[in-house]
This record gives sequence, structure tokens and C-alpha cells, in this order.
Amino acid sequence: MFRRLHENAGAVVRLSVDGRDVDAREGDTVAAAMLAAGFTSCRATPATGAPRAPFCMMGACFDCLVTIDGVGNRQGCMVTVRDGMAVATQRGKRDLGR
Amino acid sequence: MSAIAAEYEVAVVGAGPAGLAAASLCARAGLSTVLLDEQPAPGGQIYRGIGATPVKDRAILGADYWHGVKLIDEFLSSGAHYVPDASVWSLTRELEIGVATGGGSTLTRASSVILATGALERPLPIPGWTLPGVMTVGAAQALLKTAGLLPRGHTVLAGTGPLLWLLASQYLAAGLTVDAILDTTPHENRSRALPHLPGFLFSPYFRKGVKLLQAVRGKVPIVPGVSELRAEGSGKVESISFRTPDGGGRTLPADTLLLHQGVVPNVNLAMSVGVEHAWHDTQLCWTPRLDPNGGTTVPGVLIAGDGAGIAGAQAAAWRGVLAGMAVAQALQPGKKIPAVKLARTAVEQFMRGRKFLDALYRPAKAFRQPTGDTIVCRCEEVTACEIVDTVALGCTGPNQMKAFLRCGMGPCQGRMCGLTVTELIAKARGVPPREVGYFNIRAPVKPITVGELAALPKTGDAVNAVVRIP
Repeated sequence: MFRRLHENAGAVVRLSVDGRDVDAREGDTVAAAMLAAGFTSCRATPATGAPRAPFCMMGACFDCLVTIDGVGNRQGCMVTVRDGMAVATQRGKRDLGR
Repeated sequence: MSAIAAEYEVAVVGAGPAGLAAASLCARAGLSTVLLDEQPAPGGQIYRGIGATPVKDRAILGADYWHGVKLIDEFLSSGAHYVPDASVWSLTRELEIGVATGGGSTLTRASSVILATGALERPLPIPGWTLPGVMTVGAAQALLKTAGLLPRGHTVLAGTGPLLWLLASQYLAAGLTVDAILDTTPHENRSRALPHLPGFLFSPYFRKGVKLLQAVRGKVPIVPGVSELRAEGSGKVESISFRTPDGGGRTLPADTLLLHQGVVPNVNLAMSVGVEHAWHDTQLCWTPRLDPNGGTTVPGVLIAGDGAGIAGAQAAAWRGVLAGMAVAQALQPGKKIPAVKLARTAVEQFMRGRKFLDALYRPAKAFRQPTGDTIVCRCEEVTACEIVDTVALGCTGPNQMKAFLRCGMGPCQGRMCGLTVTELIAKARGVPPREVGYFNIRAPVKPITVGELAALPKTGDAVNAVVRIP
């Protein structure tokens, strides 16, 4: 769980995560926005269903995989937030077709 | 941003200090130069978010961070074609580069390619390191730099290496309370580092190191000689238990546990094009075989920065200069290139200081070679004992082992487990890591969709190679 050092820095960007409105800041990555909004995990692993959260924040570990605007397995730490973005946490394997 | 051209004289991969310096130099020498970078803004990990960070108080991230502004300004005015948000997923021996940019993929070609893919944090595989709430120190620092985020609740830092102390000092400057630093640096490292002390004293690292330790000591409880770290919790980390040198066990509450034990070269792209690497006995990782300018065993491919072996940000920029000079010299043989000597002297000075740091912060064996049920491969959830057991089945290296366990075949492509796997198999076989080798890394080194691959332009020969003949 993370908090912002400067609560009012940057323009607000509104996205949804699992249908819930999340106010991020311009320039946030999806992973940063989720951590700041209090999400403890972003996916459950395909192997055992264990919960995972962003780990490396530099595109190497792939633990922050989420579905973004219908496309599965996106690296949340590598995608910058946009207004109206729809993010979904992933449970197990990515669904075929997305 | 203009579209990626079909051809350049120089392509640079990675916009950290090495890539920025190399691309600036080549573009200013009049070469058509492209810089491809995965991040949305230049700076790499060290200067990440520098143009847009919400952390405006310069005392928090420190002078070494803000040092990057000049490098980036010089690059942006150099005339190089800068392509952010671009993942390089392949590089061939013909120097054809596969790049994914948001929606689609494209191929481009260059006469010379400078890889400046930097470093990754060395894995610190302890029980519970996959729990939410456990992150790397580098990850926490990236969150601070790019989004001004600080952890809530109990925050514990554990491991070894300068970055641990740097983040602690940045957190303190930002007003955050750090519960503890659990220092895993083995005690015997001190005497092993001693012979390298003179080089360190005369290197730029010395003064920085002293300043950093002064900033943190006395303000954060520091537990030295920590072993047997274990992150515990249900669904997320709740506590960290460990053993102190007197043999006693302790447990601290932790909402965020930040792990670190140094950085290692990010080798995936270089290995995928067949650049020869060797095991580095001091830095305990694979480093490429290079000539003094960063030239590799693959013609036309050079490596600069921490990807060439860990030496830090400032050495990286100088190594970028050296690689850029070598490329400019090769592509414009008649042209006079400014003195190479200055750059080489600077690199040597940083390398001398590095030997002390490498010896002092050499991670303990127990934290590089986990045992039992500790997860090594985070993607496929493969444990240390499972990997060791495959040696008894006849596996001599990572590539036989992965066929049994899928370890290293998940989306991270071995970035989180590769070094641990090499060391575990080496230990089980009783041979040095160089005899065990590493995963065979193949393109695509970053995930792309089948659709993206299919949409790439194809030659007639390529189509004929797979078309069904009735």
C-alpha cells in the first residue's frame, strides 16, 4: 500500500479497475495507480492461483500483468494511464481471445 | 513522434545514461541515429521520470539524480530520432531490429547497433518473496521517482548494496519512517574488500558513500549480519523474520518489504543475437565479451553501460561515449574524432572504485542459492529443490532442466530466475557456473502478439518458405 508524497500534484486521470473508479495522476503507470489506490494484488497466478502484485516496476518480472481495455497480459508498470481506461485484474490464465 | 524509418546508420537501444550519451554523440557526428526506448520518457532507471517527477524538492532524490537533466537536454537537442514506448523484441545478426510501439510492430535496420539495455536487480529469492507487499528496492524507487509514492505502514528494507542505502536516505528526506534496514552483507566481505580500498578512496564513489551512510545511520535501526530472511503473511506480507549473528531469531511487522542485493547486466537482447558472454566471478553474473570500445563478438553490435558489466551511471555515460566514438569512426573513417583517452581514463577511474564495492557487497551464498521450498522461478512457481532434483535426473544445465519444469519459460524469460538457476545447478554438480551456462535466449525477448507478428511486412521468400504447395 502506498500514499502520495504530494496529494495534489498532477492532473487527475480517471480510470476503472474491476469496475471501480480510480483517480490516478497524469503520468502514473497503471501499476502505480493501482498501488496508490490500495489494490493489494493485480492478478492470481496461472500456476497455483497465488496473489501477486507489482514487483520490479521496470518491465522485467511480469508480475503486474493486467487486462487493459480488453487486452490481456499487459504489463501494468509499462503502460501510462489514460482517461476512461478500463483495467481488470487477471485471475489465473489469460482468457483466449483477449 | 515521426514513424520509425526503414533504415538508420546507428540504432541505440535504451535511453539510460549510456544510450543517451552514445546517441547524442552519433547524431552530432552527422550519422542518422535512432534511440529506441521502452519507457515513456528518457533517463533509463537511474534518471527515470526526471522530466515529469512530482518530487520537485531536489533534496529528496538528490544531486546524482538531477545530474541526468544535462545528459537528456544534450540528447534531445542532438538531432537523434527518439522513439519512446518502444520495446525492442528482436535483433538479428543482419542488424534487423523488431520494435513494438503500442499498437503495432515494425522492422528497422541499422549499420551499427549499440545496446544500452542497462541492469536488472539481482534476484533475492527468500521464502515469501512472491507475496504482495514484497517488492524490490528499485521498484520502490521507481514509484518514488515517477509517481511520488511512499509506502504506508511498516516499511522494512532488506539485503545488501548501495541502492539499499540510497533509497533509505531518499525516504528519510521525504519524511518517511523506515522501520529497519536488515543488512545481509556477510561480515567476511570487509576483509576481502580491503585490498581494493585505495582504488575506492580515489574514486568518485568514496565521498558519496560516506555521505549516504551518514544520512542513514542513527536515523534508521540497522540490523547487521542478518541471515535466514523469511517474508510471512496470508495473501500479502505481514511480517519479516530473520536470524541475527548471535543466533537469535527475530520478527518485525512489515506492510512493505523491499529487497535488494545488487544489480546485474540485462543480457536478454544481447544473448538473443548471439553475443558471447562469460561468467564474471566477482560480480557473479554473465557479462559480454567486449573490446575496449564495447564491440561484441557479433559484427556491428556494441554494448555500453551496465549491460557491459556493472559500473554505475557515470561510467555508463562514458562507455556510451566510447561506443559512439567507435561507431562514428567506423562509419566515417576520414573524420577526426575527439580524444578517446579522456573517456577511457574516466571509465577506468570508475572501474577501480567498483572493485571495492563488488567485494564489499558480494551477496551471501545462502541468498543466491536458496534451498527447499523457496520459489526460484516466480512465473511458473518452481522451487529450489525441484531444480536441484533435476540434476540427479541428468540435467547438466538450465536448458535441459527447463524442459522438465518450465522454469524460465514464463513471461519473464528467466530474468527473475536465471542467475539462481545457474548457481543452483553449478552447486549441485560441483562445477563452476561457467560450465553450467545460461538459458538459450531467443527472440522475441519481449512479448508481442501473434497478430503483431503476422502484420509485419514479409518478403516473397519468407512467404514461400511456409506456403503449402498443392
